Amino acid sequence: MRSILKWSRENLFATRMNAVMSVLSIWLVYVAIEGVFSWALINASFIGTDKASCAANPHGACWPFVTAKLNQFVYGNYPMGEQWRVNIVFALGAFGLGLLMTKRVSFKKEVAVLMLTVYPVLTFILLSGGFLGLSYVETNQWGGLLVTLVIAVTGIVVSLPLGILLALGRRSELPIIRIMSIGFIEFWRGVPLITVLFMASVMLPLFLPEGMNFDALLRCLIGVSMFASAYMAEVIRGGLQAIPKGQYEAAKSLGLSYWKSMRLIILPQALVVSIPGIVNTFIGLFKDTTLVMIVGIFDLLGIISFHFTDPNWTSPQVPITGFVFAGLVFWVFCFAMSHYSKSVERRFSVTGENK
Amino acid sequence: MNFLKWPGVKVSKVGLFSFVSFFLFLALAHLQSAKADTTLDLVKKRGELSCGVSQGLQGFSAPDDKGRWHGIDVDFCRAVAVAVLGDAEAVKIVPLSAKVRFTALQSGEIDLLARNTTWTMHRDTALGIQFVGVNYYDGQGFIVRKDIGVTNARELDGASICVNAGTTTELNVADFFRSNGMDYEISSYEKSEEAVAAYDAGRCDAYTTDQSGLYAQRQRLIDPDAHMVLPDVISKEPLSPVVRQGDDVWADVVRWVHYAMLNAEELGVNAQNVDKLQESINPSIRRLLGVEGAYGESLGLDNKWAARIIRKVGNYGESFDRNLGAGSQLKIERGLNALWSNGGLQFAPPIR
Repeated sequence: MRSILKWSRENLFATRMNAVMSVLSIWLVYVAIEGVFSWALINASFIGTDKASCAANPHGACWPFVTAKLNQFVYGNYPMGEQWRVNIVFALGAFGLGLLMTKRVSFKKEVAVLMLTVYPVLTFILLSGGFLGLSYVETNQWGGLLVTLVIAVTGIVVSLPLGILLALGRRSELPIIRIMSIGFIEFWRGVPLITVLFMASVMLPLFLPEGMNFDALLRCLIGVSMFASAYMAEVIRGGLQAIPKGQYEAAKSLGLSYWKSMRLIILPQALVVSIPGIVNTFIGLFKDTTLVMIVGIFDLLGIISFHFTDPNWTSPQVPITGFVFAGLVFWVFCFAMSHYSKSVERRFSVTGENK
Repeated sequence: MNFLKWPGVKVSKVGLFSFVSFFLFLALAHLQSAKADTTLDLVKKRGELSCGVSQGLQGFSAPDDKGRWHGIDVDFCRAVAVAVLGDAEAVKIVPLSAKVRFTALQSGEIDLLARNTTWTMHRDTALGIQFVGVNYYDGQGFIVRKDIGVTNARELDGASICVNAGTTTELNVADFFRSNGMDYEISSYEKSEEAVAAYDAGRCDAYTTDQSGLYAQRQRLIDPDAHMVLPDVISKEPLSPVVRQGDDVWADVVRWVHYAMLNAEELGVNAQNVDKLQESINPSIRRLLGVEGAYGESLGLDNKWAARIIRKVGNYGESFDRNLGAGSQLKIERGLNALWSNGGLQFAPPIR
């Protein structure tokens, strides 16, 4: 108690100006938090099955909307009886990531390799089905958080290796490879993602013969991956340029081949330098997934706003509650990503300055 | 043409020509056979109807807690499916944004578009699509607070109106007030939610959009019962299901599904009494239910097509009531959508 008083006297109320500012800021924080608090908890409705249960609290959140629709928000229209498949995918993903994040696990490399090779295949088999006795679930039944994660994770997993290759290609001395890489990067960076998705879903079908369609979700996955790869390539190029020339020359003088010098000397340093940029791109990509709403795929945000039209739930507080919920979920994922990136940075730091 | 000079392989030009033309022929034959299939054949072969609807619009296509679709447009999809395939659940509902809806239809991604689409001359003539019949007569209207004492739109002189910016609704309002020599003040908002919120906060005397939308938005207001939708309609918005142009067989099927639902209402046939009425002596009912004549067969279906629609989906009145009318949250009056015999515009040619 004493130390708190001492600390606040030294830090909050040192001078008169300081004291005024402190009181003012504490009051501001109180006002903001009090409003949110009373909206989300004190004035809110918690139990019920339709909008009538929220009518009693017109100035508070309508949480029953979220609880009643939670299954929809997580799985979309994925058939009830088959949702265990999605759960397995979620659980495996969480387990793998957990292993990667735990400090004392010594077989991280093996886990990472499994996560990047076996896990995607397994995910595809489990989610899509159609063989091994699993019933086929069309992608137009997928929705909600499931779709958001599928798009984001695919984008992340594809864009990192592709981005590395493109970044190396852009700095290559072979003119054709360089020109092709530059062309690819500048093309995808030059068009907005919304245009890419729109082209994929509106223009592409017109070029294909009538009756031939390929999956709308797949189209989005390809578009998002290409788009993210171009951005990733530039982030990694920044990392490559930050490596002193001496490192390249040293690698050469050791007689290492191009791939060996990249793999052993340059990339390990360049990637660590670009971790903040890489994670930044990942977070951006995660939030960009909401754009698939315009091509008729219901991601988390899409399915939440879709359910605003349910006649049993049209009340003034429902949309606000829904958007706040969506914001919370997105925040949790993005915050977890940035937090994880910090720990990775610390672990891989070559110079040790972040330790 | 390097491959002509492959060492050890001699390809005569005639041989190559016949080789290539053989594949061209195959491709052409394939195209021909693909063209010969009507949408009706394709749907039957696939065993599933692919039906485009809006991405959530109260009363037309909206989800419940389980994610099941409800609405008058969704009902129409199910009616077509049950008529053609005998199963009202054999529908793949494809939610489409306003921008992609026609492309999805043209590219064959969907067989039928039932997406509260306004029938206009431009769309009908320029887009390669065909409107089959109005399943909901909508029109732009106004919602006002009951306590301002306005009972029709002519009394809105000097009112301030909330609208969505950049839509035709804004133009319609301007036309309406100018042609009636009335003063008005417009506040436009980028999104409909903002416009509704502004109206609810008392910043405008009235909010305007299509009437079905007004009924839906009314429920978003803090006290829905304190507001009323004025009876006047200032623009025509006939909403119709759409099919691809050039497939008359399929257009006939879809059109007559709509007419069958209307005829059923007119004849008093509904989901409850449809089985009993199989023994009706009324010849119109007997023809509708396929007891007499072969009207279904001439459509390329079987004769119980309409009976199935009524049993599984109901007649037009039932569908309207359940989704938009008194039996729903929206409580929209039948108005223009009443049968012609009740003073509305819904009129179906007879089945005979």
